[in-house]
Amino acid sequence: MRSLYRTIDRSDLRDALALAAALAVVGVSFGALSTAAGVPKPMTLALSLLVFAGGSQFLVVAVAAAGGSPVAAVVGGLLLNARLLPYGLAMGGIVGDRLPARLLGAHILIDESTAFARARGNGPRARVAFWLSGSLAFVFWNCGAALGMLAGGAVPDPDVLGVDAAFPAALFALLLPSLGKADARRVGLGAAAVALMATPFLPAGLPVLVGLLGLTVAGRR
Amino acid sequence: MNWTALLALAAGTYLLRLIGVLLRGRVAMPDRVQRYLDLGATALLVSLAATAALVQDGGFAGWARPAGVLVGVVLAWRKVPFVLVVVLAAASTAGLRWAGVP
Repeated sequence: MRSLYRTIDRSDLRDALALAAALAVVGVSFGALSTAAGVPKPMTLALSLLVFAGGSQFLVVAVAAAGGSPVAAVVGGLLLNARLLPYGLAMGGIVGDRLPARLLGAHILIDESTAFARARGNGPRARVAFWLSGSLAFVFWNCGAALGMLAGGAVPDPDVLGVDAAFPAALFALLLPSLGKADARRVGLGAAAVALMATPFLPAGLPVLVGLLGLTVAGRR
Repeated sequence: MNWTALLALAAGTYLLRLIGVLLRGRVAMPDRVQRYLDLGATALLVSLAATAALVQDGGFAGWARPAGVLVGVVLAWRKVPFVLVVVLAAASTAGLRWAGVP
């Protein structure tokens, strides 16, 4: 781990911290909303630590607030998180070579760590970037959730800070280098078009998965 | 929400993560398949970014958010440092909302 630490690029650290800080703000709002929705504090913390997938955590809180069934929350949450499987298929080699690293690294496989690592190729720098962004995100997200839980109603709406624009902007910024290749650009444009067209008709989570249809225009390299 | 449901969601989510991570590298895959797996991640991330930029609760998210995202994309394309991309995208959206743009 020490050798890993020494290989951290300073600009990668700064970028990962910026992303994690934005996640912390959303984490605070999750903690506050969850508590306001009547989810007990130990469950709020467990959701944050054990599920560690923002969209599905907010879904659980929304279902709890509306008095919906827990089964609906689980099914909806797993649908939202289904994209993590193909992320893993793309990232397995970057996460680690040995089983313990893969078992541990799997838990910090999120949109941000996937995009962050993939912006840095397939080599050692991508691996360091994955662990750096994933573990910082984990720490910041959970600290944020704990803070929001304690602060409760005193927490401002993160939309006032524009954090909801920061995430898509960050993802696009991380994806831009890989979209320089013609096949990736075709796939990306096709995926975005299909996902957006599907949005009015499908429940949350599915439009992003339908984006995989963008692969049909991958063509040759 | 109860503990059984919570733990089911946590276990299911972890399995979704783990299956992909374990399969890649354990199972020999031809280059063509590996290329599609990598492009698949790109497809998902672009879809996610596009829907996150434009959609809220199944409808249009309003103009402030996509405007801020657009600012971020242009800055990233001009090779402005990532930290500034994130901060200025958020600040643009926050400023527009402060000015009354939904």
